[in-house]
Amino acid sequence: MNALYSLFLVFALILIALLGAGAMGMHTLFGVIIPYLAIALFFAGIVTKVIGWAKSPVPFRIPTTGGQQLSHGWIKHDKYDNPTTGWQVFVRMVLEVLFFRSLFRNLAVQRFGSTEDGVDMKVRYASAKWLWLFALIFHYSFLIVFVRHFRLFTNPVPAFLTGIEWADGFLQLGAPTLYITDATLVLGVTLLLFRRVLLPQVRYISQVADFFPLFLILSVACSGILLRFFAKTDVMSIKEITMGLFSFNPPAAMPEVGVVFYVHLFLVCVLLAYFPMSKLMHMGGVFLSPTRNLANNNRAKRHINPWNDPTVKAHSYTDYENEFREKMIEAGLPVEKTLEQAETEAQ
Amino acid sequence: MAWNVKPEELLQYDYKVPSKNWMDVPPEFHPGNWCYPGKPEIVNYLNDATHGKFPHAHQWVPTDEDWKLPENWREIVKKAFSERLDKYRSFKVFMDICVRCGACADKCHFYIGGGDPKNMPVLRAELLRSIYRGEFTLAGKLLGKLAGARKLEEDVIKEWFLYFYQCTECRRCSLFCPYGIDTAEITMMAREILHELGLNINWILEPAANSNRTGNHMGIQPHAYYDMMQFMVDDIEDITGVKVNCPVNEKGHEVLFITPSGDIFADPGTYTYMGYLMLFHEIGLDYTWSTYASEGGNFGLFTSDSMMKKLNAKMYAEAKRLGVKYIIGGECGHMWRVINQYMDTMNGPSPLETPVSPITGTRFENAASTGMIHITEFTADLMKHNKLKLDPSRNDHLRVTFHDSCNPARAMGLLDEPRYVIKNVCNNFFEMPEDTIREKTFCCAGGSGLNTDEFMEMRMRGGLPRGNALRYVQEKHDVNMLATICAIDRATLPPLANYWAPGVDVTGVHELVANALVMDGEKKRETNLRGEDLPNVE
Repeated sequence: MNALYSLFLVFALILIALLGAGAMGMHTLFGVIIPYLAIALFFAGIVTKVIGWAKSPVPFRIPTTGGQQLSHGWIKHDKYDNPTTGWQVFVRMVLEVLFFRSLFRNLAVQRFGSTEDGVDMKVRYASAKWLWLFALIFHYSFLIVFVRHFRLFTNPVPAFLTGIEWADGFLQLGAPTLYITDATLVLGVTLLLFRRVLLPQVRYISQVADFFPLFLILSVACSGILLRFFAKTDVMSIKEITMGLFSFNPPAAMPEVGVVFYVHLFLVCVLLAYFPMSKLMHMGGVFLSPTRNLANNNRAKRHINPWNDPTVKAHSYTDYENEFREKMIEAGLPVEKTLEQAETEAQ
Repeated sequence: MAWNVKPEELLQYDYKVPSKNWMDVPPEFHPGNWCYPGKPEIVNYLNDATHGKFPHAHQWVPTDEDWKLPENWREIVKKAFSERLDKYRSFKVFMDICVRCGACADKCHFYIGGGDPKNMPVLRAELLRSIYRGEFTLAGKLLGKLAGARKLEEDVIKEWFLYFYQCTECRRCSLFCPYGIDTAEITMMAREILHELGLNINWILEPAANSNRTGNHMGIQPHAYYDMMQFMVDDIEDITGVKVNCPVNEKGHEVLFITPSGDIFADPGTYTYMGYLMLFHEIGLDYTWSTYASEGGNFGLFTSDSMMKKLNAKMYAEAKRLGVKYIIGGECGHMWRVINQYMDTMNGPSPLETPVSPITGTRFENAASTGMIHITEFTADLMKHNKLKLDPSRNDHLRVTFHDSCNPARAMGLLDEPRYVIKNVCNNFFEMPEDTIREKTFCCAGGSGLNTDEFMEMRMRGGLPRGNALRYVQEKHDVNMLATICAIDRATLPPLANYWAPGVDVTGVHELVANALVMDGEKKRETNLRGEDLPNVE
């Protein structure tokens, strides 16, 4: 149900672009105003969100330790799953952000045996790297596709972009050349979607907010592919628009680029505007996660909690001894004050 | 114990999900899946002790329709929620960035052994997140259910109470989460919010109250504590012929030793306690125990940050009063979570020095600031330097495996030290399957203050993964002894082993050490600390 809602939502968005930029010809709105608005929302939203997070302090150093602590010299320290220095934390974060270290650990529970076996009904844990693989395919494809688009905002196009394009198109299939990442991006999103729909437990926890970004990104990818391979759009005209936007000098009259371009652009704008208020903010949040970005060195270096309450104090030893003094003396335990001393003080 | 469902009956469950949206499935209380509420007099005592952190003490029962919430409970919840968002970046970030990928779903022992989808960590957090969206985000306010938001109703509160007291804060899910979202952190926040409504459980609050007043969870008063120690000293003398030194509340020693009171109170912890006494006597450690700080554990951790701080503050206060240089801490799980990740921050700067072993001269630089080391760090170092005379053959009738407690494993990383100690005193050591140990270890299902008998069904369900792994090594290697460095484990694992792997017993690591320890001037040892005949005694 949530998947269908999301799908319809994306269809509605496409329809808006088709009607607005196509039938009604509102090119300036869809080609200039909405993109500027979306980019503004994107940056303002992200900054607001991150500042909001950063405003809350990190009262305690609470890394989740994934291996052996730094201990005696003769015990092997698991540096990057249980970091104690800034550099080790940095490596842990790199592994996490670039290689999805934690997902790589993933296991799946399976029950086997039968209840006839009684207690022998068992659970086992199988390696489950599919999610890790799907996520990796998706994220890296998306990243490269995103970077490739910078050819539309640069003049002359820097060498590293041409290099990426060359590598990405080295299969030399079709004309214009098929980019591998175009295919793998669609593949990645599709795999993640299928996983969400087909696994009952994951479907159960999935909301509209989980399907919507997937369908949205899928529609962005498909409209982009359509634009490049089927609608045969004039790239030079597009570049004229994008360069204009980028230099805050948009063309007064939009060149003729066809409706698919506007659909693609509008979907990207929706993605940008939606980004900061959605779960997509995990992109920024992962860097601020206290269980990953802190060293496990609390016993070696004191961590300060800005709101530590100095009025919270232990039930004092004095109160303790006052309550139990007689029994302590009787048992032969040392005390700070004899019964007489305590008596005198009380008077 | 009224609860007596057989394992084969308990195994009649599956991982199917309801057809209804989870928001429309009401919480269901039945015997064995919830803990008794806090007694009003205990709640009131703590409220006075903390200047108002435990308000609205009242009589209530979870199975009742009416929970007698305070008049303005909605405002209280919203205020408490928003205060905590401002105090904890972890909470704020974790509310925002979950992508519901499901990586954590089958990592929770309660989910694995029960199949209730709300025990998937992701959904447990959604119980709070849905309210967060509805109350604190624009999208949630506008779009409601479509944005995954819901209204704050009494059923939501009931659901929170049910499921946030079905989480042992073990952090296994956090290890597998791509962003490190830590359900323990979320559970702590939820429990703090529930405290504001006068909703709590007695099994946590009564020990916390005891610990505040008498120095330990069990409520053992100083003279009684000292008596129990004398008993142990006598027992040790009967078994070994050596009268061990037993200093209590004495000033001017080098070291203060603190262990959980569970170790003095009940078997098998008591044998571990005897082990500490024997080891320290044998190496001639200049140390003292304390009755005022006679609790390493901290049930405050399971209530609120201020309660945790208050109970923990005794350690440094007592170290200062007695004038010791550093503290050694005993075998306890959540105690070490507090010491390793909270203590110095809450109650520092520490009055202590960098610990230096008086026997080996080893400096414990990893504890330079806190001034407190773990006993297995200390003992492993003694063994490495051959400072102990050991006869591991005395443990030859034991086939031992080791259970990593959640907190030393995932909030510290104390993995190889205890293993090193065990291997030095046992000839037969076997590991459980790798996906169930070290940082991936499974909880005993009684952590975070849920080790109470009325919770037995959930404890056995949550204990299934550990029990299963134990059964595996029992069948494969004839394992008959489960070693652990946690007092709650020593209390919860015996019934768990009895249920899922009958025939396996539970021990602390320093009980094994003491049995293998060849003491100066000892008589011929014929029994171990439990009074059982030793193997190979002619």
